[in-house]
Amino acid sequence: MRIKPTLENYTFVLPAVIIFSIFYIIPFFWVFQLGMYDWDGILPTKTFVGLANFTEIFLHDPSWWQAMWNATYITLIALIFQNALAFLLAWACDREIRAKNFYRVVFFIPPILSEIVVGMVWRFIINDVDGANMVNRLLVSVGLGNFAHNWLSDPKTALTTVALVHCWKGFGWGFLIFLAGLQTIPRELYEAARVDGANAWQAFRKVTVPLMIPVVVLVAILTVLGTMQAFVLIIGLVGGEFAGHTSVPVLRILASMRGSSRFGYACAQGITFGMVLVIISFIQYRFSKRARQIT
Amino acid sequence: MKSSVYYKVKGVSINLLINLFLISVAITCIYPLLWMVSASFKTQETIFTDFSLIPRHFHFGNYARAWMEGGFGRNFLNSIFYTTSVVVGIIIISSMAAYGFSRLRFPGRNILFFIFMAAMMIPIPGSFVALYVLLNKLHLRNTPVGYILCMINVGLSTSIFLLKTFFDKMPKELEDAARIDGCSKLGIWWHVALPLAKPVLAVVIVFNALNVWNEYILALIIFDSRQYMPLQVALQTFQGEFVTNYPLLMAGLTITALPIIIVYLLMQKYIVKGVTAGALVG
Repeated sequence: MRIKPTLENYTFVLPAVIIFSIFYIIPFFWVFQLGMYDWDGILPTKTFVGLANFTEIFLHDPSWWQAMWNATYITLIALIFQNALAFLLAWACDREIRAKNFYRVVFFIPPILSEIVVGMVWRFIINDVDGANMVNRLLVSVGLGNFAHNWLSDPKTALTTVALVHCWKGFGWGFLIFLAGLQTIPRELYEAARVDGANAWQAFRKVTVPLMIPVVVLVAILTVLGTMQAFVLIIGLVGGEFAGHTSVPVLRILASMRGSSRFGYACAQGITFGMVLVIISFIQYRFSKRARQIT
Repeated sequence: MKSSVYYKVKGVSINLLINLFLISVAITCIYPLLWMVSASFKTQETIFTDFSLIPRHFHFGNYARAWMEGGFGRNFLNSIFYTTSVVVGIIIISSMAAYGFSRLRFPGRNILFFIFMAAMMIPIPGSFVALYVLLNKLHLRNTPVGYILCMINVGLSTSIFLLKTFFDKMPKELEDAARIDGCSKLGIWWHVALPLAKPVLAVVIVFNALNVWNEYILALIIFDSRQYMPLQVALQTFQGEFVTNYPLLMAGLTITALPIIIVYLLMQKYIVKGVTAGALVG
């Protein structure tokens, strides 16, 4: 007698559960299973190799660690430069600037664009066509013509250029979250600080910073997780791994799968990288707890 | 002693500096896009000679050529089709599920909801490899249906979360009234809950539409045939074909980016809400 309504209730979640099981749960377990096989993705036979894929990643694959280092490098630049810029802009906008909404709209234009579009447009602006290379023409016009070159075709500058374009695309995120955080700080606290004789810097140091720490940690976690996994922008900007100079882990996974048809190895790389991401967010979470206790 | 004039001048100059800083960043945000649009109206010759932002002669030929010869028209319609079908699918499936999780009782409800939420937190960077294998087995690779189902799954967890949060806070009286009037559970979901959820649905719609329109990696591994590709992937083949024709490529990029920018400017409030909500739960 109670069975019919229960079944009826299940029908509400059934479509979601079916799609989710097929396209999330099954692939999720397959990644772990395939990670222990040697398989080209086509032949019906797979060879079980145990943990050999993982030992290869850790011991015999310098290109993987090069990619990890590249991603870390981009992430460090994003963490420092992009977030500092975002925070400064949010802080500037929070000071009762009249055009606040205008800036809010404009700064969020780069984040809504696709990484392919952003990559190709910036490539057009800073590389390839000498005549139309905006950055180089600017350098020449201010007398720094010696520095002008094709930023993305030079192995020495390619990765940094990628990181800076990534910052351009991403800072609007941090800006919005920081601004939202700053606006939750009660104005009375600043008033009280001023009455107590604090100058602008002291108010910033003693009121803004402590209250913003949770928000800063949140933005830092989002930045790290987002930037470590970024790769489409690199495809748009550079076209690919550029002989390892701009390779990142996800591009390596893609190369293992499509380039060398090693599906098992690609899955093992995916697991390794996923573990790294989980560990990073866990550490940052613990760190944020500690930080909140201190202040 | 410093006079009040000193402080006034100091305050004004600080404000001036702040505004200058903000404006210069704002220009950096917009300039590349203006340059993209401007270059799309130039020709292969004038792009090397005409550096002005407003081209001396507007040349519309690139758009016609990209649309017809480059096959961009087809890819544009594909992108529109995928975006609409995925968003419609997500709205129906996720609002039903969210309503079920919020209002109805059945064994395993909490654990199921927990699994959906856990999926949002755990990153699996290699999942597209397994997804490729799966679609091959189901004979859904290189088909629009396969891509649409995958993309519905991508947006499901976040959408369920947003909608459930809303339904949890929604007063129950209206639903009770509908039930007394003899409305079925499905009827209540469709006639009472969904209309009330309009503001959240708007957020869910723009969040997912943006996601699908800009999606790249799944489209890349799922589609082999140019005729099924959405814009983001087609751009690359396009770049390969017309490798040095920059004005043409810029026209293609403008076609890809413009719809998003227009939708953003029109529905700016929802996008900002949806995208930040997506980030905060993820």
